Amino acid sequence: MIPDDPRLPAAFLQPGTASFADFIAAQAPDLLPGRRTLPRGNAGDLAPHGTTIVAMTFPGGVLLAGDRRATMGNLIASRDIEKVFPTDEYSAAGIAGTAGLAVEMIRLFQTELEHYEKIEGTTLSFDGKANRLAGIIRANLGMAMQGLAVVPLFVGYDLRAARGRIFSFDVTGGRYEETGFHAVGSGSLFARGSLKKLYRPDLGVDDAVTVAVQALYDAADDDSATGGPDVGRRIFPIVHVVTAEGGHRVDAEVVAATADRVIAGRMGRPDGPVAPLDLPGASEGGLA
Amino acid sequence: MSTPFYVSPEQLMKDRADFARKGIARGRSVVAVQYADGVLFATENPSQALHKVSEIYDRIAFAAVGRYNEFENLRIAGVRLADMRGYAYDRRDVTGRGLANAYAQTLGTIFSSGGEKPYEVEIFVAEIGESSDEDQIYRLTYDGQVADEHGYAVMGGASDVVGGYLQERFTSGMTLEAALRLAVSALGHSESEDRTIAGSALEVAVLDRTRVQPRKFIRLSPARLETLLAAPAAPDSDEPPVAPPA
Repeated sequence: MIPDDPRLPAAFLQPGTASFADFIAAQAPDLLPGRRTLPRGNAGDLAPHGTTIVAMTFPGGVLLAGDRRATMGNLIASRDIEKVFPTDEYSAAGIAGTAGLAVEMIRLFQTELEHYEKIEGTTLSFDGKANRLAGIIRANLGMAMQGLAVVPLFVGYDLRAARGRIFSFDVTGGRYEETGFHAVGSGSLFARGSLKKLYRPDLGVDDAVTVAVQALYDAADDDSATGGPDVGRRIFPIVHVVTAEGGHRVDAEVVAATADRVIAGRMGRPDGPVAPLDLPGASEGGLA
Repeated sequence: MSTPFYVSPEQLMKDRADFARKGIARGRSVVAVQYADGVLFATENPSQALHKVSEIYDRIAFAAVGRYNEFENLRIAGVRLADMRGYAYDRRDVTGRGLANAYAQTLGTIFSSGGEKPYEVEIFVAEIGESSDEDQIYRLTYDGQVADEHGYAVMGGASDVVGGYLQERFTSGMTLEAALRLAVSALGHSESEDRTIAGSALEVAVLDRTRVQPRKFIRLSPARLETLLAAPAAPDSDEPPVAPPA
């Protein structure tokens, strides 16, 4: 190509890849999050970190929720960061880890899904989407080893399987399907313990929102990096629900009302709802 | 040693233009019609898989006539350009004008370069704004010329006949049903007869600013088309259009 040719570069007109990430890797590699070389040392303390994300399936869909805190060492970097994003109409991702990189990766992933859809005229399969996200995470391994790890939680409604699904990832791009519920981030141990006791597979959407808020409350209770409901500023978790009709963010007022109920309950019993000691009967089925 | 024949530049360009025009005139027409809530594209296309109208970005759509492989390349280039710009900057920084310019430069350079066959395509780039005053329809021809169209636009096959039909009947601020009915009857119009095109043989898509999602492009399925076309016709010009111009 002649450099001063005013037409679109030849690569743009070349048929071939339907992947946006592959295209910019060839055309504008500096735009890719994983392609930068860092000086030696640990960069983990330089940037804000996002914390706890929880997800659970319910009949007909899946729910994803995240707290609103970002921390930088012992400081709170942000009280109202958003860590739960719709990635396309039927999927959403929540992020834990280095906030700046994570937001950039989600943007890349959103563009990737939309780009594929526009070029191919059809959407990727749900597993295909999860594998693409795994590839984006894997490309960041070098930075993860220097303290800038990003670990997402990916959920969506699989139209072919007709159910909500959850995928978790590790920094090497490992991709694991979770059944029922899962949590990632610094408060995830406590959130998962809470979910274990509160989750049941037949939850309705409203109850699922309550379980998510309870789990995030428990995470914030024991993990200083997870933000609890901020009553003074009225900052509450972000909850995203995906069903066969598509995804939507649960109305902030609904979440606020749920959080108020949860807080009121904790005034009486700070440790939250009591789970029954008896094992559920065989007819009810075990928890996933 | 043989002397090459002299061909005047005028003749050379005219030959290339005739070649491109002939290729374009073989295909069916595509019409774009502005209505109250956006822009509607319609064409007769029996294929459900090979599209002539497609989404480029949130508020931008692309329609083309001519050689499929050539306009498909242009479409993909447009999607790549728009997605790259939207990713590097912001979604709002992707504009129809920028895209139309890139296409115009590309088509113009190919047309006037001696070594390549000119593209046998004509394309629309349309962008919707907050209101119908801000909607834009650009029509680009094989030689890279850009025309800014208002209200309606036609390209391909019998564009003059279809355009004449639209010119007589187009009013601004139509409903979706009215715009669809006008577009479909215009496509079926020829000097000798007026055909009725079945919903299954139509490809119709709209940029609809009332959609909640940021992506405003939507294809109308054959079932939806049948419903819209079967809806009782709106009373004639006695009543004001749905959104009277302010």
